[in-house]
Amino acid sequence: MGRARTIARRSFLIGSAAILGGVAFGAYFVTRPTPNPLLNGLAEGEAALTPFVKITSQGITLIVPRADVGQGIASTQAMLIAEELDIDPAMATLDPGQPHQAYFNAAVAAESVPFPAWDHGFVASTVRDLMGHVARLTSSQFTGGSSSVADLHETLRLAGATARETLKAAAAARTGIPRSEMRTEGGHVVLPDGNRIPYTDLAAEAAAIDPVTDVTLRPASEWTRLGKPYQRLDIIAKSTGTQDYGIDVVLPGMLHATVRANPGRGGAMAGYNADAALAMQGVRSVVEVNEGLAVIADNTWFAFKAAEALEVDWLPPDYPASSAEMWQALANARTDAFRNSRLRNDGDIEVALNGATVIEAEYRAPFLAHAALEPLSATVLVDAERVQIWTATQIPAVVRDAAAALTGLDPSQVTLHVLPAGGSFGRRLDHDYVVQAIQIAATMPGTPIKTTWSREEDMTHDYPRPLHMAVGRGAVGNGRVLAYDLDTISPSLISSWFGRIFIVPPGPDTMLVWGGYDQPYAIPNYRVTGYAAPPMVPIGSWRSPGACSNSFFHESFLSELIHAAGADPLEERLRLIADADSRRVLEAVGQMSNWAGADIGPGRGRGIAFAHTHGVPVAMVIDVTMTDRGIRIDEVWIAADCGTVFDPVNAEAQLTGAAIFGLGHAMNCELTYENHAVQQTNFDVFEGMRLHQTPRFHTRLLGLAARVRGLGEPATAPAAPALADAIFAATGQRLREMPFSKSVDFA
Amino acid sequence: MDLTINGTSHSVDLPDDMPLLWALRDGLNFSSVKYGCGIAQCGACTVHIDGQAVRSCQVALADVWGEITTIEGLGTPDALHAIQAAWIDHQVAQCGYCQSGQILQAADLLARNPAPTDDDIDAAMSGNLCRCGTYPRIRAAIHSAASAMREA
Repeated sequence: MGRARTIARRSFLIGSAAILGGVAFGAYFVTRPTPNPLLNGLAEGEAALTPFVKITSQGITLIVPRADVGQGIASTQAMLIAEELDIDPAMATLDPGQPHQAYFNAAVAAESVPFPAWDHGFVASTVRDLMGHVARLTSSQFTGGSSSVADLHETLRLAGATARETLKAAAAARTGIPRSEMRTEGGHVVLPDGNRIPYTDLAAEAAAIDPVTDVTLRPASEWTRLGKPYQRLDIIAKSTGTQDYGIDVVLPGMLHATVRANPGRGGAMAGYNADAALAMQGVRSVVEVNEGLAVIADNTWFAFKAAEALEVDWLPPDYPASSAEMWQALANARTDAFRNSRLRNDGDIEVALNGATVIEAEYRAPFLAHAALEPLSATVLVDAERVQIWTATQIPAVVRDAAAALTGLDPSQVTLHVLPAGGSFGRRLDHDYVVQAIQIAATMPGTPIKTTWSREEDMTHDYPRPLHMAVGRGAVGNGRVLAYDLDTISPSLISSWFGRIFIVPPGPDTMLVWGGYDQPYAIPNYRVTGYAAPPMVPIGSWRSPGACSNSFFHESFLSELIHAAGADPLEERLRLIADADSRRVLEAVGQMSNWAGADIGPGRGRGIAFAHTHGVPVAMVIDVTMTDRGIRIDEVWIAADCGTVFDPVNAEAQLTGAAIFGLGHAMNCELTYENHAVQQTNFDVFEGMRLHQTPRFHTRLLGLAARVRGLGEPATAPAAPALADAIFAATGQRLREMPFSKSVDFA
Repeated sequence: MDLTINGTSHSVDLPDDMPLLWALRDGLNFSSVKYGCGIAQCGACTVHIDGQAVRSCQVALADVWGEITTIEGLGTPDALHAIQAAWIDHQVAQCGYCQSGQILQAADLLARNPAPTDDDIDAAMSGNLCRCGTYPRIRAAIHSAASAMREA
């Protein structure tokens, strides 16, 4: 009992810190401590000092609950704990832990409210904090929205500090020397005489005493790891082929499976004939799963071949069959009946446009696949008492609950082994592949079965980035942008995606207008309206959702107006923006690129774009050259401000990686539909960016913004409009539809 | 059928037309050889056969013409190859799924061309897809590895 009481108080400490600056409404209930999941299954002599640190006589385990899909967050989480715990994180075991409300994500929910991230006013902040409590109550533990560092940077450091001070208290109790005379270093408590006691040796005693609750986080000036270049903890494994991903699980007696689903996603199956498939070498069985059929075989290759041999009578789904019809449905939805939000409405746009010379332009962004390089996969072992799942997922609690529902077991009987992902870009915010793997394994209790989607299945049954279009209308005068009206139209991502994995929240679909309504421009007459088109293909969250399309529309149209006004693209943006963080990144990118206008000589062009997404202002300048093989991107300058940078080497990688993701898809990629089916099913026709198209990058993180934010996504959004702007400067051609390869050639 | 992989002989009982990729992954548990596309468009499954980089998804088991090297045969965490050391120094990997293939492709390049230019690197490496966008660091790491190998 003593230990339980102690842990509860420690959990309370973590919870309290996470909600500093809280909120009056419902404070008692929402600030109640969450239980500590590490209490379950602790052996004698083990201490779970916080939900994030577990110490036994054998070693130290750090719980890093946010999923590593390549963005390096496992390493960053460990470094945040280690900075205060005074351990070498390379010596600790990293464990994603089991899904639990102690690992809820407040930051994602907080950014889903209809206030721009740069709006720090009282109402905006209060509503954000309330949404954080809602996330806590619903245990929405997911990795996404560039939220992990924003959400956990204080919690994890507090966890490290609490554990450290409690270990010192245990040493004090053992030796009679005051805690204030102890220090810690390299996983040891160091006594005044220089003697060192390993943390692992103090674990049992630490578990038996009251925790130290009056910890103070070390200032940045005292950090020895954070903020300095350090080696990612997974870098050696990922450079030597020794990193195992979800798809690499091998279990004794394991069989292999694959899925063949209706190419028209969501359509039913009228019937099938599996005789030919069942007669093939290595095939064990054919079973029905969500959306289609699965083949269980001795080897993935046998399963792939047999899946192709299945004869299936598919029925069509109930949405438009072709891209042309879907574009038309979008265009038809630009009416009051489909109006979903008008979260920006400054001045009087109708009066401003009335009688003015109106500039109008239409923009389009296509469906896009996530196409992570590791195809979707999950390995499942079902028996009467337990379900075990090995997979890479960003929504572990949803997977756990789905497994319980499918098998009739209690969630406590589900064990989830979350493995690193070979990319995600938002795809693993859905769990369709895990549901199928559970259905497959449930047909052979006691036998572990690894289900692997083929690349073709992965592309055909993505939940893609939605089709999105916009119409801009505006007016200029006296060298300035005077009126800006943007209608942005897309099926509702929140309805489609949240409808699958949680519940659809009330209110407008803010994601539909992210990157549009929430930009910090002070245009005198400024309106952004979102229209939610009828559902089409089921859609998903794709790196920088909403903003990856809206930023292209918003910034491209702003560039058109600035050009019409005869103003300088950088100077006019600075004139229109008051937000200090945003101004600084624009000024910085101007300095970095020696900005002197878009004209950089014959056959060349320079473009600029700015986007404020996920709470991070990013400014980007791009230079291009016309060559005899097509347009070549030469240089990219990126200035951004995410506040404190904890992991600088990885932060730079996220900026350049996100920009490459934005550029490569804007240049080269689209998914189109005929007869309800995706026409691009592999990397021969969906390449993204390859090395020969990759420009040189120059990045700067200012580190001056007050709020700490993540960097997985923010540099994606401004990439496409900056490139389009550079191509305009070089060629005089405005590119209003992605991919740009439909209109120009690239070298 | 016998395969020599990283200097060790392995016996497999699998059909002649099975791609080497799947014989290595599911038959012999060489999980460092990755499946990405199955049509030679991503390079994640790259191995060496007699020192030459090939896409193992396109080589039928019966057609394997020589000794196979996977990334484990290039170097290990305790005994890194110069290219792996450069990959670590530059912290190239993000998700890392493509990197074994990238490193084996770079090894093929540097064996043929000890001082590649950026254009040489573009030509040799553009068949290896990286969805995370680690290309700037791949370029830098290849230049570093080239100098280290020339000086060795």
